[in-house]
Amino acid sequence: MNRRVLHIARNTFREAVRDRVLYNLIAFALLMSGAAILVGQISIDIERLVVINLGLTAVSLFGVVIAIFIGIGLVSKEIDRRTLYTILTRPVRRWEFITGKFFGLAGTLLVNTLCMAVGVFAALLYVSHRFQRADGWVLVALYFIVLQFLIITALALLFSAFSTPLMSAVFAFALFVVGCFSEDLRGFAAMAHGAEKWLATAAAYVIPNFSALNVITSVAHGQPVSGQLVLYNTIYALIYVLMALSGAVLIFERRNLK
Amino acid sequence: MKASGKVTIVAGLLLLGSLAGSVVLLRKIDRMRSHASLEEVLYISSPKALKRLSLGYDGLLADIYWTRAVQYFGATHSQGSEHYELLAPLLEITTTLDPHLLVAYEYGANFMAAKRPNGAGQPEEAAKLVERGIESNPHEWRLYYNLGFIYYMELKDYPKAAAAFSQGSQVSNAHPFLKVLAAQMAQHAGDAEMARMLWTTTYESTQDHMIRANALAHLRALRVDQDITAMEERIEMYQKRTGKLPESFADLIQSGLLPGVPLDPLGHAYKLMDDGRVEVRTPDDLPFIEKGKPLGYVPPKVPKFLPSD
Repeated sequence: MNRRVLHIARNTFREAVRDRVLYNLIAFALLMSGAAILVGQISIDIERLVVINLGLTAVSLFGVVIAIFIGIGLVSKEIDRRTLYTILTRPVRRWEFITGKFFGLAGTLLVNTLCMAVGVFAALLYVSHRFQRADGWVLVALYFIVLQFLIITALALLFSAFSTPLMSAVFAFALFVVGCFSEDLRGFAAMAHGAEKWLATAAAYVIPNFSALNVITSVAHGQPVSGQLVLYNTIYALIYVLMALSGAVLIFERRNLK
Repeated sequence: MKASGKVTIVAGLLLLGSLAGSVVLLRKIDRMRSHASLEEVLYISSPKALKRLSLGYDGLLADIYWTRAVQYFGATHSQGSEHYELLAPLLEITTTLDPHLLVAYEYGANFMAAKRPNGAGQPEEAAKLVERGIESNPHEWRLYYNLGFIYYMELKDYPKAAAAFSQGSQVSNAHPFLKVLAAQMAQHAGDAEMARMLWTTTYESTQDHMIRANALAHLRALRVDQDITAMEERIEMYQKRTGKLPESFADLIQSGLLPGVPLDPLGHAYKLMDDGRVEVRTPDDLPFIEKGKPLGYVPPKVPKFLPSD
């Protein structure tokens, strides 16, 4: 990776840690240990199911909130503090700044997710007393959640390249919600006719597909995830990230920072 | 060229390339997961729990579930599959989320009640669905009509059909024909004429082209069955008179038993077979016929409706 991109990524990561982003892990640890202890007392035979569902949902939601709220400030914060001008007067290109910021936040989210994954497996071990073969699929679900974070981070950066932090948060969160129903949206598009069909189809394909990246319920039931889906989802997420980052670079290159 | 110009071109090309790539991949993923959004029905079996989980956005969720039910039925139907296990739970979830979504009762019951391959072949479930609809919407005459229709056509339970029509006729703004149907039911239950009245009412009381096409196809089938029954009677009379089967319709015309060569509702002449049976020429265009099918005829998996319908 380009040395300058790496520097910006490292600084973004440090800054996120300094901003106490990883404090969410305390809340997560409390939630998981509380759930693991309580669920056995209040329900019958669904301890494992509850721990996986609750754990993975919490990993996903905590990460999405971090990706959106840190991601939207990545550019605007640097402008407000006027540190961006210092950075750009050095031999750092604008695209390198955007790419570095992306990798920095992606790294933060990855570390955060790894810590939470340890928490999920610890709670699982506590309620089941041993790991099962099907628990391996939880790792696949976690991997898909990380792919989700990469897309949201890239989108938050894209919006922050041209909009205010508040509006960027609204856009990113709205896209996340709509993206969770993207398969239904393509279903609606398939049922429409004429110009509406074209418009709905175009919208349905531009919106990120978070539906296919959410396999929490099926892995909680021990259902396997096909290797083909893992491959397609990986390529799709990477392509979508590339698309959003390209958009962010295009806008940021032309943005008047004076 | 300036460095920023190069970056713009490269970023622009990457944007377009990745957009095209994402569409291709999404299509592949969708093909792999054609019923994925329906899978949660298998996991969340309680519609009431789902209503609570919807946090008050139950109307929107009901619309989504209704669309899923339509897509599920459409995809299963077009594949010619006989398995519609998710249809009843999908409709139950939809109508629990929004008990006033009339379209889900009307069309949903239509999907469920019709015999396979035209529908899911689950008339009892369909009747239950409409009865739940009436409980929540007692002033909707169409639901009583649907219920009566299912009891009459699919379950052959004529007293219950008559009761449904009669109750529906008492609803304000009810179609006046409901009174007639309720009255006729006592005398003509089981008659082709009664079936014709029901299909005619269905045809006339809806604007939906699929329902109209279905009603029209059933009306045509009723006419074919009636025509062939009448022709078979005349062939029998001819045989009694002459001691042999007629060789063609001309024999029946010459003997005064038929006024002319009979035509089916699509304008094609019926075929008189050597064994005295009467067949239609284009059975695929006349779904739902009981009589006139060629020997060994296998109907298409999905009934064919004519473009003119």
